[in-house]
Amino acid sequence: MTDKPPGTKYPETKILSRNFGVPESWTLKVARERGAYANLEKALREMTPDQVIDEMKKSRLRGRGGAGFPTGVKWGFVPKDSDKPVYICCNADESEPGTFKDRYLMELDPHLVLEGCLIAAYAVSAERIWIYVRGEYPGSIARLEQAIEEATAANVLGDKILGTDFSCDCVVHSGAGAYVCGEETGLLESLEGKRGHPRIKPPFPAVEGAFGCPTVINNVETLSHVPWIVEHGGQAFADQGIGPDPDDPKSMGSSGTKLMGVSGQVKHPGVWEFEFGITVRELIYDYAGGPLDGRKIKAVIPGGVSMPVLLDEELDVKMGFDDLVKAESGLGTACAIVMDDSVDMVEACENIAHFFADESCGQCTPCREGCHWIEKIFRRINAGEGTEADLDLLEHLFPQIEGRTICALAEAAVWPVRSILVKFRHEFEAKLVKTPVGAS
Amino acid sequence: MIDITTRKVEVSIDGSTVLVDPSSTVLEAALEHGVFIPHLCHDPDLKPTGVCRLCMVEVDGRLLTACNTPVVAGALIRTDTDAVKETRLGAVELLLVNHHRGTVDCAEGETCELAKIARLLEVDETRLKRLRRSDQTLDVDTSNPFFHFDPNICVLCGICVRTCDEIVGVGAIDFVKRGIYTTIGSAPDAQWIDSDCVSCGECVVRCPTGSLAPTHHEVPEREVISTCTYCGCGCGIHLGVRDDRIVSVRGVRENPANEGRLCVKGRFGFEFVNSPDRLTTPLIRRQGKLEEATWDEALDLVAERFSANRGEAFASIASAKLTNEENYLIQKFTRAVMGTNNVDHCARLCHSPSVAGLVQSFGSGAMTSSTKDIGDARCILAVGTNTTAAHPIVALQVMRSLRQGGKLIVINPREIELAHYADLFIQNRPGSDVALLMGMMRVIVDEGLHDLEFIEARCEDYEVFRESLAQYDEALVEEKTGVPFAQIARAARMYAENSPASILYAMGITQHTHGTDNVLATSNLALLTGNVGRASSGVNPLRGQSNVQGACDMGGLPNVYPGYQRVDDPKVQAKFERAWGVELHSTPGLTHLEILGGVTAGPIKAIYLVGENPALSEADASHAREALEKVDFLVVQDIFLTESTEHADVVLPAASFAEKDGTFTNTERRVQRVRKAIEPVGDSREDGWITSAIAKRMGVEGFDHESAEEVMNEIASLTPQYGGITHDRIEDIGLQWPCPDPSHPGTRYLHAERFPRPNGRGRFFPLQYRPPAEEPDAEFPLVLTTERSLYHYHTATMTRRVPGLEKLRSEELVEIHPRDAEALSIASGDRVRVTSRRGEVTARALVTEVSPPGTVSMTFHFHEAPTNVLTNAAYDPVAKIPETKVCAVRVEPAS
Ligand SMILES: Cc1cc2nc3c(=O)[nH]c(=O)nc-3n(C[C@H](O)[C@H](O)[C@H](O)COP(=O)(O)O)c2cc1C
Ligand code: SF4
Ligand code: SF4
Ligand code: SF4
Ligand code: FES
Repeated sequence: MTDKPPGTKYPETKILSRNFGVPESWTLKVARERGAYANLEKALREMTPDQVIDEMKKSRLRGRGGAGFPTGVKWGFVPKDSDKPVYICCNADESEPGTFKDRYLMELDPHLVLEGCLIAAYAVSAERIWIYVRGEYPGSIARLEQAIEEATAANVLGDKILGTDFSCDCVVHSGAGAYVCGEETGLLESLEGKRGHPRIKPPFPAVEGAFGCPTVINNVETLSHVPWIVEHGGQAFADQGIGPDPDDPKSMGSSGTKLMGVSGQVKHPGVWEFEFGITVRELIYDYAGGPLDGRKIKAVIPGGVSMPVLLDEELDVKMGFDDLVKAESGLGTACAIVMDDSVDMVEACENIAHFFADESCGQCTPCREGCHWIEKIFRRINAGEGTEADLDLLEHLFPQIEGRTICALAEAAVWPVRSILVKFRHEFEAKLVKTPVGAS
Repeated sequence: MIDITTRKVEVSIDGSTVLVDPSSTVLEAALEHGVFIPHLCHDPDLKPTGVCRLCMVEVDGRLLTACNTPVVAGALIRTDTDAVKETRLGAVELLLVNHHRGTVDCAEGETCELAKIARLLEVDETRLKRLRRSDQTLDVDTSNPFFHFDPNICVLCGICVRTCDEIVGVGAIDFVKRGIYTTIGSAPDAQWIDSDCVSCGECVVRCPTGSLAPTHHEVPEREVISTCTYCGCGCGIHLGVRDDRIVSVRGVRENPANEGRLCVKGRFGFEFVNSPDRLTTPLIRRQGKLEEATWDEALDLVAERFSANRGEAFASIASAKLTNEENYLIQKFTRAVMGTNNVDHCARLCHSPSVAGLVQSFGSGAMTSSTKDIGDARCILAVGTNTTAAHPIVALQVMRSLRQGGKLIVINPREIELAHYADLFIQNRPGSDVALLMGMMRVIVDEGLHDLEFIEARCEDYEVFRESLAQYDEALVEEKTGVPFAQIARAARMYAENSPASILYAMGITQHTHGTDNVLATSNLALLTGNVGRASSGVNPLRGQSNVQGACDMGGLPNVYPGYQRVDDPKVQAKFERAWGVELHSTPGLTHLEILGGVTAGPIKAIYLVGENPALSEADASHAREALEKVDFLVVQDIFLTESTEHADVVLPAASFAEKDGTFTNTERRVQRVRKAIEPVGDSREDGWITSAIAKRMGVEGFDHESAEEVMNEIASLTPQYGGITHDRIEDIGLQWPCPDPSHPGTRYLHAERFPRPNGRGRFFPLQYRPPAEEPDAEFPLVLTTERSLYHYHTATMTRRVPGLEKLRSEELVEIHPRDAEALSIASGDRVRVTSRRGEVTARALVTEVSPPGTVSMTFHFHEAPTNVLTNAAYDPVAKIPETKVCAVRVEPAS
């Protein structure tokens, strides 16, 4: 982890973002001048698929799509002698509010994304890469398609890549516009042309994914880390960032670097790359310029809208997987949303609840009905019609929903609003129907 | 913890240790051991989706859904912890508040699973009140005539969606919208009727809440197990009875032919039984008018006139709608009492080439496979069959095979429904099947894909056949079929390389002047690739009517006694003479067409016409009508007045299938029980009783059976294939013939070891391509082909008396390709006149790409537009089937 001399800013790192800002960085010519596909070639010529997976395990790279699952372990789940084709699926649905890190990668360095996908494909013997891109990202789709065309012409993609026995093609699929299509199995259904209803697991995608075939699904950013790991080795990656907690044998830590963003009520919203270790406060104040003039920070959701909020006084926690869990929040997409003191937290809850109720795919009873009730109750309170019993009812509903559904959308619907209710309960109570003292 | 002998594993459910099948889920294991876990989205026939979240239990301390969690040896399952109870209750409460019937003491408690569960969990009303009941009321979709969808009580279990997708294969419906607005339908705010739904009702019977429910629903007082009267699929049904009326039909799950599934006609098409139009009393024509008469009067008249017309002046037309026992009696009556072999029935018009062809090549004319085995085929070649419309339950097996990764090749001039699911769809010219199939075989031989071992061990005449392939070169095949040869080669490889492969065919193969050749082409193909005599392979003629297989088996044919025993075989003749105690004739009788032709140009003076309507169904129907009009004495026995009774001298009112006992034999040779559910309506009588009564009035013996069972015993004693069949043995599940003796288990697929031919070998036939009898020319530039609608049956005497079916399809439509329509300035809905050399018909046009350019297509269900006035009676020289699939017509706007 980088030591920060007192009085200096926590430094930016340029690994994933090394080509951001380079003119024409998205063309094959510029990308190759800057090293693109050298690591693919290294993997193909010098490493066996298992060696690639081993390096990934050593790197302790954790998924950047929100859940933080160890990538090398996931790749290891793919059956070795599948009689069906194996697929890589790059999750580029990026529909979490306030999150736009994957878009930078796809538009500014599409060849890095492709190279990562190809090395992954080699590691699990996949014959096709699907890139499922959020429909609202036509720019990303165009850049990726151009990259695929150039890469195929240059034989770094397609048949007998670089003259080896490894063949793999790549198809870009434009997303269906629902938040839940970013959930890995909702994505698979959508890819198959069906409604994006998440599937029950098991079977896990690594065994039965797209079209019934073993499929590795990783986030764009996750895959973009792969070439660097092949170049420098898993250990070099693991040496960066926050190491595992020595007291906890299960701890994975937060290795490597991460694209982090800030949006909401700050002076300079943006995306930067850091080695893990920067605190939420440093991120917001040193890079995003802090709150708008005359405003104070009231609450921060460190990753998208799906995590519990932190109060201003809780911002000295590091942006890391385990650190934020310990602070009773979560890293999520590592793109923080900042709310200042102009925000009415009950209204914020109603907005968040509306988002999730609207995005619930509608198949699980607790999510479909529960999210609706949460929204309805917040609306009631905002309209001045809520009662104390409604607050109890919310507390009763949350555990009925959390952990009771097929996918994690329902949890995401509960976590932020429950934390707001706990941390800002007075704002809710202030809006309840006033019952005169003594009335029954 | 694994029991070696039973292979069961030990798990603990709520503290007690039980042995369970390792392939079961936690839910199945618990239910099997009497531990109830609430569930709404589980259905044993469907893949779990785990959406209702009611079945959550603790397995080794983790909360999991029981419906998709497999049991593992040693698992500790708890269904009674606080966490489990609270979770269930939470989900049920959430469902109830958004469910319009939603109170705990709901009146639908018996039929609605949600209400049952709510009561069992003792849901507390006051807890529900906290959520405040949902205030949205959605419109009930009543667009389908047979069932409605009430979204207000739907729990979104998705069982309907999965049923339509996984079982029916139609995928008409899905979840639509999202979040709390989620509902079921084909598209947001679309009506059910506008979807691809084929109204089979499979989803309706599986809906746990009654959100999907039949529109007319009467709870039956009792149920009787029987067999569907419509098509040759021969589905097992429970007939629901109330006050001597049929009020419901339900599939029999245990019946292997349909496993509980039914199509729209079978499930909803029973109203004709109690139709006010039913014939309830005999009618005699007096001064040109049919007048009511007593049975005595009618029978006396019939007996007297029949007695006066014995021998070659007499002919019977038996019926594929009657039971085996009744068909047996009709042919016995014709042969033993009337002294002639002039007995035939509608199989002549549909599958006589199957009998004629497959007997020559395989030694037996029936479907070789079982319906259910088709679903396990690795390749299905569906040629000349619109399976989803004409054999919907067989089509479900095609869907099952597809789901298991089987290949599907569809060969049809029309772009039928199945074509959309096919790996390869070949749209050939009507009547070009011999060229197409022989072309395929040439590829198979050229590329060495044939099964030489099988050919050597089990076939004969291979060499002459192989030589005849030479003429089917690319140029000829492409010219005749209009199909690029590369496609035909692909089909050949797909069929040859994916075994077992099943060939399915129907009237697209048979109803041609070269129908027998077409059939022989299919048997050549199966022999060539060793696709006979194994499960899920073979050549499978899909038989049309409920008992057309049985009517043939029973000797309702002019050249054979029951069991295809030839009338011109002296040994056979002697056997029947001994059994029946009369002298019999060795000359084969007249066929269907010849009987009607024999009125004007031959000896026929009296016709006994049972349960058939040739005035609409016969090719060149005007001629048929003329014959019926002209014959001296016509007796029509039916359940309704038809176009044919218009010409009758005596009309005898018969009982429907629901009013009698007996057996039907379905397309897979399964002999199944038909049972009397209600008394014959009015003064109608069972057909068997009527035939016997006529015989008895004519003073002969051998017609005094006390029951259908007794008739079956007589059949069994004379028919080798039915030798082991008694009503007792088929009480629950039918037996598939051949079943030669009382201990024989029946035959799932034919020709396992040898072919029932003298030398035991399957025979190849060299074939010549022959064009259809009538080809388009300048005057009649289009080809007319005929088809069937899913919603109607034959001449629709039954189905058009079912208002819902009439609503789904109420008139004839001339299907015409947009290119031809444009050239003729015809738009969909316009009335058009279709003219052939034989007559003209007007109906409305349906402009659709289903029909290829140059070909128009019509059904023959509607008397207002009697299509068979147009069709060509030119027939196949061997099977004497008329060419109803191809004739030349002209189409023009009917001003
Ligand atoms: C409701 C929901 C939405 C999600 N949306 C995304 C998304 O837009 N992009 C993404 O990469 N992962 C998303 N995920 C996470 C994926 O399910 C999955 O964990 C991820 O793609 C795995 O990749 P990783 O291991 O590389 O992170 C979402 C999850 C949920 C529950
Ligand atoms: S939790 Fe919600 S979004 Fe996820 S599958 Fe269930 S209903 Fe759909
Ligand atoms: S209509 Fe019936 S089967 Fe379909 S989702 Fe609703 S409750 Fe389930
Ligand atoms: S009735 Fe049959 S076809 Fe129609 S939706 Fe239900 S299952 Fe599908
Ligand atoms: S029965 Fe298991 S979730 Fe519905």
